[in-house]
Amino acid sequence: MNPLSNPVGAIATGLDGLLRSLMPDWLASTLMALIGAGLIAVVVSLVVILLVWMERKIIARMQDRYGPNRVGPFGLLQSVADAIKLLSKEDIVPARVDKVIWALSPILVLAAALMAWAVIPWSPGVVPSNINVGVLFILSMGSLPVIGVVMAGWGSNNKYALLGGMRSAAQLVSYEIPGVLAALVPVMLAGTMSMTGIVEAQEMPTRIGGIHNWWFIFTPWGFVAFIIFMISGIAETNRTPFDLIEAESELAAGFHTEYSGMRFALFFLAEYANIFAVSAIGATLFMGGWAGPIPFVPSFGPGILFFLAKTFLLIFIFMWIRSTLPRLRYDQLMNFAWKRLLPAGLVIVGVTATWITTANAFIPRV
Amino acid sequence: MSEGVAIEILESGSPHEMTLNMGPQHPSTHGVFRLIMQLDGETVVGVKPVMGYLHRSTEKLGEARTYVQGTVLTDRMDYLSPMTTNWAYALTIERLAGLEVPERAEYIRVIVSELSRIASHQVAIGTFGADVGTWFTPLVYCFREREEILDLFMLCAGVRMNPSYIRFGGVARDLTDEFIEQAKVFIEKMPRKIDEYETLLTKNEIFLARTKGIGMLPPDMCKEYSVTGPIARGSGIAYDIRRAEPYGIYDRFDYEVPVQYGGDAYARYLVRIAEMRESVKIVRQALRDIPAGEIKGRQPKVLRPPKGEAYARIEGPKGEIGFYLISDGSTSPYRYKVRAPSYINLTVLSQLTIGHKVADAVVILGSFDIVMGEVDR
Repeated sequence: MNPLSNPVGAIATGLDGLLRSLMPDWLASTLMALIGAGLIAVVVSLVVILLVWMERKIIARMQDRYGPNRVGPFGLLQSVADAIKLLSKEDIVPARVDKVIWALSPILVLAAALMAWAVIPWSPGVVPSNINVGVLFILSMGSLPVIGVVMAGWGSNNKYALLGGMRSAAQLVSYEIPGVLAALVPVMLAGTMSMTGIVEAQEMPTRIGGIHNWWFIFTPWGFVAFIIFMISGIAETNRTPFDLIEAESELAAGFHTEYSGMRFALFFLAEYANIFAVSAIGATLFMGGWAGPIPFVPSFGPGILFFLAKTFLLIFIFMWIRSTLPRLRYDQLMNFAWKRLLPAGLVIVGVTATWITTANAFIPRV
Repeated sequence: MSEGVAIEILESGSPHEMTLNMGPQHPSTHGVFRLIMQLDGETVVGVKPVMGYLHRSTEKLGEARTYVQGTVLTDRMDYLSPMTTNWAYALTIERLAGLEVPERAEYIRVIVSELSRIASHQVAIGTFGADVGTWFTPLVYCFREREEILDLFMLCAGVRMNPSYIRFGGVARDLTDEFIEQAKVFIEKMPRKIDEYETLLTKNEIFLARTKGIGMLPPDMCKEYSVTGPIARGSGIAYDIRRAEPYGIYDRFDYEVPVQYGGDAYARYLVRIAEMRESVKIVRQALRDIPAGEIKGRQPKVLRPPKGEAYARIEGPKGEIGFYLISDGSTSPYRYKVRAPSYINLTVLSQLTIGHKVADAVVILGSFDIVMGEVDR
């Protein structure tokens, strides 16, 4: 493995070999898994802190303001200061909450947000767990937060929180379906459910019937599926214009009204970890993950940079949307999911399937 | 009293319904306003507005003070547009005591009042955008230009927020050349800035979905509840006191009274946008025509209006704002009564809200553009 084009992969392989030479195989692989999990948690948390700063800065610039610029260079340490403040706050447990459910909820939400990272490939060979049903795993992890949010809404014993929780149950469940349908398209085009496999299929494209498979977003069905996926992704991360779970102007703070201090910070972390995850998944499934911008040239530059560049581009779009659009109403949101997005998803899956079968049947693969 | 209201609703509700209390401290109640809503799922089936959290007994205070001291109280009613309230009060005293206002003062009044109207509508549109759910971008854009208007007020009155600038018989201080120059620059760039607000909201698909057909107010109901201002004009009633009963020198200017026939939250928004453009026109003409001269008419050192009563009304940014003063010949009014448009417009709120969703209740309240300082007084 070339350490220049893939430094992280080279280090991981080296470390793995070192561990295996020192101890039995089972211990070495367990240790590697733990190191990977710890690393992912730390890296994602750090990126989340950066994202909070980035969003405040981007939205401030779009609104003709400066944004944070007092703590550290360019205000970079603002989020760190905020996190320390939240950590040092009193842990307030409202008297009439259902304590177990209430306390468990932020942990569950954050854990689900971090777990999706287990199968996302950063660059060739650098994937915490390269399971062959990666897409399935990600989709199931994506449906976990709804349980945490409903728990928070119910356990808080607060009407705003309850309304927020109920809204979220309906919203997250509805938007999952078009999201799953959209994620099916790259799975069909690549012929595998492994995240690494999907990236490799985009990196070294085959040609189906005259149309290159390079970066699924550049195929017509891939593009439509990408849009559907990102809309569902925005809805599943509760971002504007689908942020009515925590609709500030209506429900105070929605499901996390009763949380303060570090518990609130966990929800906050989870929200940004989810944005990061959804953007990374979008970049992996549709934009070729670590693949460089030139087709048929697999190992061009460090893949992790391409992966991060694509992810951050999508994150930027998330933030752009937030600073521009108003919020949909609850019923409009559901109508949109079931009457527009779901049929569109079904159609695009059908179109893709038809295309693949006819192209395979009549035009020889190159 | 308010506890009694809550309990009354609770008892009347069916087991499927939930009582949701919004306010007095809530992000979207525009001050200390309280809404007790009875919900069936997310649908509003009953609304009780509770007011009075900002009651400062302004009217009684006005009766205990001299006429000139009463001006200060008017600033604190509609604190987003103090100039218009100042003017209504001054106009009433001028009718009561028969005072003359010099020409230049009339022009100054028009200029600062229309600037005040723009500033007030900027807050209305900005906060309305926030109520619909934008991440404060329209609000920040609107406040950017509102700052400049407040800076202009600082130039003419010395303060930004509570100027007490329009006094009976004229205005407090003369406009400087600096003010005229800055105001001209501001008024020339304002139309472009209004276009900018519009690009964010007016044709936005989600904004349309959230505001069209929400809070339908039929014209009959408008008249029944004496709703005035942009809300009435959004319901197709072409009623503007500047046109219907011109006060000051409004009959000299060329402007239109914008009317929309939708009757919904969107129509009210459109009316406010159009009114800002008309105000820009009026200020531009006034700045062009303003004559030199006195800014204060002849008046006694201590004002003791003859016995009698007077009512004067003007078109404020929120609607018809009127003062009713009774003089008993002493230095302070015997009765000091305010017709506050926000308060009267609010009376239709519960009828409009029933049947809509919770989210719409917030939008409807936002489209009414209330100022609690004026509602509670």
